[in-house]
Amino acid sequence: MYGKKVKLRFLFLALILFSVILSLFLILQALKNNVVYFQSPSEIKSLIKLDKKKIRVGGMVKEQSISINSDEINFVITDFKNEINVTFSGAVPNLFAEGKGVVAEGFLKDRNYFSATKILAKHDENYMPPEVKEALGVK
Amino acid sequence: MLANQIGYYSLIIGLLFSFYLCGVSIKDFNNNNKNVNSNIITLSFLQLTFVIISFLSLILSFINSDFSNETVFNNSHTTKPLFYKISGTWGNHEGSLLLWLLVLTLFIFLFLIKSREQPKKYRILTLLFQQLIIIGFFLFVLMTSNPFNYLFPIPAEGLGLNPILQDPALAIHPPFLYLGYVGSSIIFSASLAAVVQNYISKEWGQHIKKWVLISWIFLTIGIMLGSIWAYYELGWGGFWFWDPVENVSLMPWLTLTALFHCILVLERRGALTSWVVILSITTFMLSMCGTFLVRSGILNSVHTFANDPARGIFILIFLFILIFLSLSIFFLFHKENNKGSISLFWLSKESSILINNWILMYFLSVVLIGTVYPIFLDVISAEKISVGPPFYQKLISPFLAPFLLFMAFGPKLKWIKSKIENKGSLIIFFIISVILTFFILKNITTDLLFYTILISAAFFLFFTTLKELFFQNFNNISQAIAHFGFSLFILSILFNSILSSEVTTNIKVGERHNYDKGEIFFEKIEEKKKSNFNSIIGYFKITNNEGKVIELNPEIRVYNQPTLITSEADIKTTLLQDNFLVMNIVKDNEYFNIRYQVKPFMLWIWISVLLLGLGGLISLLKKKYEK
Repeated sequence: MYGKKVKLRFLFLALILFSVILSLFLILQALKNNVVYFQSPSEIKSLIKLDKKKIRVGGMVKEQSISINSDEINFVITDFKNEINVTFSGAVPNLFAEGKGVVAEGFLKDRNYFSATKILAKHDENYMPPEVKEALGVK
Repeated sequence: MLANQIGYYSLIIGLLFSFYLCGVSIKDFNNNNKNVNSNIITLSFLQLTFVIISFLSLILSFINSDFSNETVFNNSHTTKPLFYKISGTWGNHEGSLLLWLLVLTLFIFLFLIKSREQPKKYRILTLLFQQLIIIGFFLFVLMTSNPFNYLFPIPAEGLGLNPILQDPALAIHPPFLYLGYVGSSIIFSASLAAVVQNYISKEWGQHIKKWVLISWIFLTIGIMLGSIWAYYELGWGGFWFWDPVENVSLMPWLTLTALFHCILVLERRGALTSWVVILSITTFMLSMCGTFLVRSGILNSVHTFANDPARGIFILIFLFILIFLSLSIFFLFHKENNKGSISLFWLSKESSILINNWILMYFLSVVLIGTVYPIFLDVISAEKISVGPPFYQKLISPFLAPFLLFMAFGPKLKWIKSKIENKGSLIIFFIISVILTFFILKNITTDLLFYTILISAAFFLFFTTLKELFFQNFNNISQAIAHFGFSLFILSILFNSILSSEVTTNIKVGERHNYDKGEIFFEKIEEKKKSNFNSIIGYFKITNNEGKVIELNPEIRVYNQPTLITSEADIKTTLLQDNFLVMNIVKDNEYFNIRYQVKPFMLWIWISVLLLGLGGLISLLKKKYEK
């Protein structure tokens, strides 16, 4: 009925369409499960339900709050309205210091305790991650 | 001071040359001469010269620490070593854009002198499209990012270059990456010109292939240099983090790789014309997008020098103009070329290339969505999210195995229509790979099935290309080396991820820390003064369970200008593994935070990428195309 060329082209289009749909489906599925949300200490305080998912908390490291022993580093992240205690065992970046911006990734134990698996602060001294800036309400 | 003025006015003259060149080219396009007017090449050379003068005068300002120049003031310091004063020229926003411009003008000049046997109208059109991009970048530099802004009163001292950028690998990383990024501009201009002239053909394929290869090689090496730097300087202890800034350089690499393979089909069969054009356009657009995302401050990283919204908007508008222009040209002018027989037999070299193109496009969409989705979500809902490595690993790894298999099979097949030859040896190789993988992995991983599939596919590619390298005639050696490099790359990263181990702890001087595989002893610290930083060197002895002692001396540097602490990891590299130790101070505490990692096959990751580049280089240098 149709020429061979038309058939081939049709098959080709169908394959492309199919693979586009398949890959979009896969990608969206994976996105749903692997996205890490960013929250400020105040947002965490106002959470109704605690999620078991991994999140990021950002703000400033409170002055005089860092304490270290051989296993862990404890500190407080503040957005100057609310704060949250963080425990962390692992490698800290160079720019991790009191009074500086920080982003911690990990899991909430409750509204006041956060167990971090990763600390991010890979920028220069004056740098504040945009998330932190916004959380602190700095323009 | 003088250098400053010379630099600025050279830029303006360079821009004027652009307009003049456009005028002359349009005139030349319409007359009937056989060859391109030689004035055009001279003009293009002069334009290049002025951009070089401008660039050199900026370097000179950096060398002389001329702080009347705002760019120098912001990014340099008198105590900085000369090497980093020079590399600081492109270690900042303004200077790096000047470098873009330099490469843009350099490539069009090289294109003009290297394309003499090509049709005249095609060459002139390429020049016009390229000049359009060049004008855009001239305006961008002059209007939003002038590297020669004048400061008064003249400051006595500069602000200094971010110390983590003061590094040899990072000094040459931007030029390489830019040669790759900007090299794709020539492919873009040339393919648009070829579309307008209806010249997408086998001959065009042969001619543009070289340009694709040049960009591809530089981009490959450029990405690797950035990756090496992140490995030892940022102390993250890995080679790829799926960080958005890394992703934006990977995306054009994926399309460029796909493009190169399609051009092989084009030069041989005259097929896939539309796809080649689309890939050419996409590659350059992704390079531009990369620049936009990185420079506009949307992605936060060491590349974000200043958050100036005007710059982002300028690039965005420019990007939209180029996309609109190229798409309209594509739809208005592109005609399917029906001369060649386009029928596709399922078992042939071109169909296996197409399948892998498909997979590459899938990888591209994964990376693209993972990178752009968080930005998109932030804009529409102000929700902040990030997409981590598991997302990419989960989506990419299942398709890696078929990808590797086709890389092994494809080159064995003939063009047009083929049978599988040497079935026996392929099957034997396949069985060997699976068995070998199974016995290697049996005791070391929990996720046996997943890794067995992946690693045996990689081993299969490894053995087939290895055999090709030793027993085949040499007409396909570039392909064999590159594919062999890729199999080595995948093997190294897989074994690296399975076998890596890591200890982190907080430790005082003189203390010992015991962990499951040995003991870390923190012997002492030593302080040293250098010209622009003070360093604290830690002396560590690590004894593993077999009693072998490794001494590692990581360093903490306290830079004076700007005040910043960096950690220099100490890495003992051997053929089989890297021992990586990095230390940090937290507060003025007596505890040091240390991270000790054993990373197998790190060296092979870099070597395999070099092999990939070498394969490209050989393909670039050899005269004949693939059989």
